[in-house]
Amino acid sequence: MALQDPGPDAAAQTRNIIADMTHLEGPLLPMLHAVQAAFGHVPQEALPVIADTLNISNAEIHGVVSFYHDFRRAPAGRHVLKLCRAEACQSMGSEAVAAKLTALLGVRSGETSPDQAVTIEPVYCLGLCSCAPAALLDGEPIGRLDDERIVAIVERVRP
Amino acid sequence: MSITIFIPRDAAALALGADGVAAAMAKEIAARGIPARIVRNGSRGMHWLEPLVEVDSGGARRAFGPVAPGDVASLFAAGFLDGDAHPLALGPTDAIPFLARQTRLTFARCGVTDPLSLDDYRRHDGLRGLEKAVAMAPEDIVREVTDSGLRGRGGAGFPTGIKWNTVRGAVAEQKYIVCNADEGDSGTFADRMIMEGDPFVLIEGMAIAGLAVGATKGFIYIRSEYPHAVAAMRAAILIARAEGILGPAVLGSGRGFDMEVRVGAGAYVCGEETSLLNSLEGKRGVVRAKPPLPALQGLFGKPTVVNNVISLASVPVILDKGAAYYKDFGMGRSRGTIPIQIAGNVKHAGLFETGFGLTLGEIIETIGGGTASGRPVKAVQVGGPLGAYFPPALFDTPFDYEAFAAKDGLIGHAGITVFDDSADMLKMARFAMEFCAVENCGKCTPCRIGSTRGVETLDKLALGIEPDASLALVTDLCNTMKFGSLCALGGFTPYPVMSALTHFPQDFVPRPAAVAAE
Ligand SMILES: Cc1cc2nc3c(=O)[nH]c(=O)nc-3n(C[C@H](O)[C@H](O)[C@H](O)COP(=O)(O)O)c2cc1C
Ligand code: SF4
Ligand code: FES
Repeated sequence: MALQDPGPDAAAQTRNIIADMTHLEGPLLPMLHAVQAAFGHVPQEALPVIADTLNISNAEIHGVVSFYHDFRRAPAGRHVLKLCRAEACQSMGSEAVAAKLTALLGVRSGETSPDQAVTIEPVYCLGLCSCAPAALLDGEPIGRLDDERIVAIVERVRP
Repeated sequence: MSITIFIPRDAAALALGADGVAAAMAKEIAARGIPARIVRNGSRGMHWLEPLVEVDSGGARRAFGPVAPGDVASLFAAGFLDGDAHPLALGPTDAIPFLARQTRLTFARCGVTDPLSLDDYRRHDGLRGLEKAVAMAPEDIVREVTDSGLRGRGGAGFPTGIKWNTVRGAVAEQKYIVCNADEGDSGTFADRMIMEGDPFVLIEGMAIAGLAVGATKGFIYIRSEYPHAVAAMRAAILIARAEGILGPAVLGSGRGFDMEVRVGAGAYVCGEETSLLNSLEGKRGVVRAKPPLPALQGLFGKPTVVNNVISLASVPVILDKGAAYYKDFGMGRSRGTIPIQIAGNVKHAGLFETGFGLTLGEIIETIGGGTASGRPVKAVQVGGPLGAYFPPALFDTPFDYEAFAAKDGLIGHAGITVFDDSADMLKMARFAMEFCAVENCGKCTPCRIGSTRGVETLDKLALGIEPDASLALVTDLCNTMKFGSLCALGGFTPYPVMSALTHFPQDFVPRPAAVAAE
């Protein structure tokens, strides 16, 4: 996971990141994704830069950022565990898996652990419903979450 | 003799350790100095056998699975490159009953070819549809699609040819093809599999759509939960552009078409086509009122075809083999084939492409093999989070748009999620309401407030508080949502809720545990 402190020059960095994206049709979402990929979240300092570049209001851009679950306003942990909570995973016991993982990792769903090691995010379907329960750990798919795979996740998060 | 070893790169195979298997294979090949090549193919769709390793050493391809990295050494020791002595041997892949029973039109190449090899694509009948289309008049392309009987595979089942004809007839200096790859429904993964396993077929289908309606630009809106599909599509587009399939002159014709991938941002409602268009434009994914139809005023206000991945990926075979060939499969007004996705608590989970018309019971018991847990099936949800829960008593329902509608259900994107007898249907009904409350776009009151009230009321019901009044209120809320919502998120959430209530009333009586706690 990219995780840099935005620092004082977040605005300048944002200007660089989005510089070659202005020609896109409908550039706002690609820009927000690029900013989040660079900083690990969408820092407040980035918003006026994007708004200014696209000639839209701060309110409008804030409305967009807040609409989508993906865009984080604060840095995530060093690892991001997206745990599927949708129906097919439920049918294979995802609730119990989530309970074990949150207990073992010491963090609630939707939160970041105090040591910044991990953020657990609930997601609704990863398209891995034929090998449920499923998760994405830092973008890597993991299926049929059993005790062995749960322990492997915990070990990767806190080696 | 050249040997090829196939190890899938499909996300489901990766989720079960395919990369580890590939690494172990590569090491073993190098150590033994065997002249074998590893191809990372798509998945054949037999996910209970993943990672499924196949060997092509001349003759029929032979399968082994499920293979763990630790099995690799023993596979070599058993001589798996030229024999089936190993306990994981499954014999010739095409003879495995789950595959042999299918009619693979849209998924003909998925799992067979190297997804990013255009040579492979051509060798397996790829580009034939587009080659025909560049020589055809736009209205003839549209007629072929209309005559095939193809209906939108994204959920609503609207005839694809009719939608295309509206866009074709619209006069504008710019038109768009938008591929809906938001695939948010639980229990579905057909879009993901085809994008990862045969990305060129989607590119070909979109290019044909562009030629048919006079659109020169396409967007594929892929959900962010699908990083592997995003990567595969982006790589395939670069190859297709370099080879003149995309660009100012499609296959050397005078007509241009190009496309790009856009990534969603984790909003289920953005699968709704007008919300998706707003999202592409860089706005909040709020649903638009219709009219105007997107076909006339869609992306940036221009005439736009919005089609599901599978709708578009089914077009090349229709153009190649003809409308009559495609239409010959299926039943009633559901023509052609449908990739059924069998998921959840089921023994043989995966993707099964077949003509419409199998009964639900055949799909779950015969093909799916019953539950994974070995317990009795209690319910199946067909069509994702907005689809109804059916009990085994309805297993004689044929897989057909109209037959499902007649039983107060829907096919949707053709995902089936199986639950065993440990499922609690009140909990599932509550989840449906909660999902709607979390994911709605906020535009209409019945959906936004109704779903939140639905959660509260079902919680009361579970606690045995005023059960009769609570039941009546849930039914009432469902009615209000069904008739007062702008889109199917609010309008169809009543399907899972009311079907759970209707078919499993025993789960909605006050719980003994809750009573005891009072
Ligand atoms: C809440 C909601 C979510 C939807 N999600 C999807 C989706 O993920 N993929 C899809 O193709 N269609 C989805 N649809 C249906 C689309 O609105 C639209 O009907 C479809 O993209 C049209 O393409 P088709 O005719 O090829 O099916 C959704 C509809 C609603 C109301
Ligand atoms: S029904 Fe729900 S999701 Fe659909 S437009 Fe209304 S508020 Fe938005
Ligand atoms: S429901 Fe969990 S991956 Fe689809």
